[in-house]
Amino acid sequence: MNASHFLSRLTDPIAAIGRCGQFLLRMIAGIRPGNRLAISSLQQTYLVGARSLVIIMICGFFVGMVLALQSVNALQSFGAEDQASLLVGKSLFRELGPVLTALLFAGRAGTAVTAEIGLMRATSQIDAMELMAIDPVHRIALPRFLAGLISMPLLAGMFNAMAILGSVVFAIGVIGLDPGIFWGKLQNSITFQEDFLQGVLKSVVFGSLVSLVAVYYGYTSKPTGAGVGTATTNTIVVSSVLVLIFDFILTSFFA
Amino acid sequence: MPQNAVELNNLSFSRGSRTILNGINATITEGSVVAIMGPSGAGKTTILRLISGQLRPDGGSIRIFGRDIHQMNRSELFAFRRQIGVLLQNGALFTDLTVFENIATPVREHTGLPEALIRRLVMSKLNAVGLGGTENLMPHELSGGMARRIAFARAVALDPSLMLYDEPLTGLDPIAVSTVSRLIRETNDALGLTSIIVTHNVVQMQKLADYCIIIADREIAGAGHPKDLADSDNPKVRQFMNGEVDGPIPFRYQSEHQWSLTG
Repeated sequence: MNASHFLSRLTDPIAAIGRCGQFLLRMIAGIRPGNRLAISSLQQTYLVGARSLVIIMICGFFVGMVLALQSVNALQSFGAEDQASLLVGKSLFRELGPVLTALLFAGRAGTAVTAEIGLMRATSQIDAMELMAIDPVHRIALPRFLAGLISMPLLAGMFNAMAILGSVVFAIGVIGLDPGIFWGKLQNSITFQEDFLQGVLKSVVFGSLVSLVAVYYGYTSKPTGAGVGTATTNTIVVSSVLVLIFDFILTSFFA
Repeated sequence: MPQNAVELNNLSFSRGSRTILNGINATITEGSVVAIMGPSGAGKTTILRLISGQLRPDGGSIRIFGRDIHQMNRSELFAFRRQIGVLLQNGALFTDLTVFENIATPVREHTGLPEALIRRLVMSKLNAVGLGGTENLMPHELSGGMARRIAFARAVALDPSLMLYDEPLTGLDPIAVSTVSRLIRETNDALGLTSIIVTHNVVQMQKLADYCIIIADREIAGAGHPKDLADSDNPKVRQFMNGEVDGPIPFRYQSEHQWSLTG
């Protein structure tokens, strides 16, 4: 490996971040309030958001049960199993809800968006749109990006709700913890500003990250089968890494 | 006297170190049907992409209706493209939209017409290509020939002044070839368009085109009426028009590194 090749390996990711930023600015510059953008964004919200609901709900339910099981196990040795709902609530609202939802969203919806846009590129649909003097960034990428932004906080909320249901089923139904104490501790331990808002903010940031990565890789994919495959893989890898990096940054900010 | 619709002035284009086009000069008059022909890889589609502004030339200029399109910024180019209709090789229909929505998309985007009028316009375009009644079908339900005609209807939806066709007859059965050829000619004459067709189909172009440009070896090898070109003095033109195997146009890819059995 010669020096220039090594240097380009180092600078390529920085250049990619720059291009992605330019792409985001191009999308934002194309926002024109109107029915057409609202309708297509809502259609995409159904496609990327509503269709991710089942997998989010199932995963949320089981994550809640696992959390309850681990919390009760850990706290039992101190005789503090009554505090299990506190641990479940805090970890769900602050971390697991937004992070796991974002990772699932990237796997379910992000890859679908990348593959769809990549296929449009491969079958010249994006070229056709440009030749009709329609900007594909505004017409294709922007509604999908906004849909991700709208969907993620809602999906994270649903994930948390199902996870709490799962923890209730396990902690009260199986372990036999007192329902009053479980709900009371949960209600008292979760604060609006520190827990709820932190979770909402994280899910908005993660939603925009995953959606941006998905539309960017789809739009810039090579117009071949292998190109679309690589773009789809890049979406899941890059968005997962970015979600975890930004989770640390946001958590440090709130701490 | 007809004006010049498209002027190519000393046009050159390269991909990396490989020169695709070099010193191309041509003039296409308004109202004519012009075929750009040549062997595969000669740069025919590249010329079309240069004319539509998808590619920028390395040298020379392209003037369409008197305006240099590569001096325009992005928004000017997009505004100018409303005068140009393009039929891509595979049709490139939007796969998630119905036939109706495919044709209505450019109309909705660029006009403020009410929905009832858009419907009438789309249906008239569909009937013009002989596919009335297919408006609710999805692109995957269409045959290759039908998809090409729907894409044609979409390309002429805004009544452009210049039509560009990229291999419009490739992969079609003989009936569909005749149908699409007739559509191109009739639409050109009825609407007073100028049409540029990139194709390999020598036989159809002898019936359809008013003028023919043969590209070979990075430059224009010959130009004129298709019937005259078959008897051209230029051996490259004669070889292409008559489909001869032996001649100056090589069958093999011209690589800098030739591989041989003897090593």
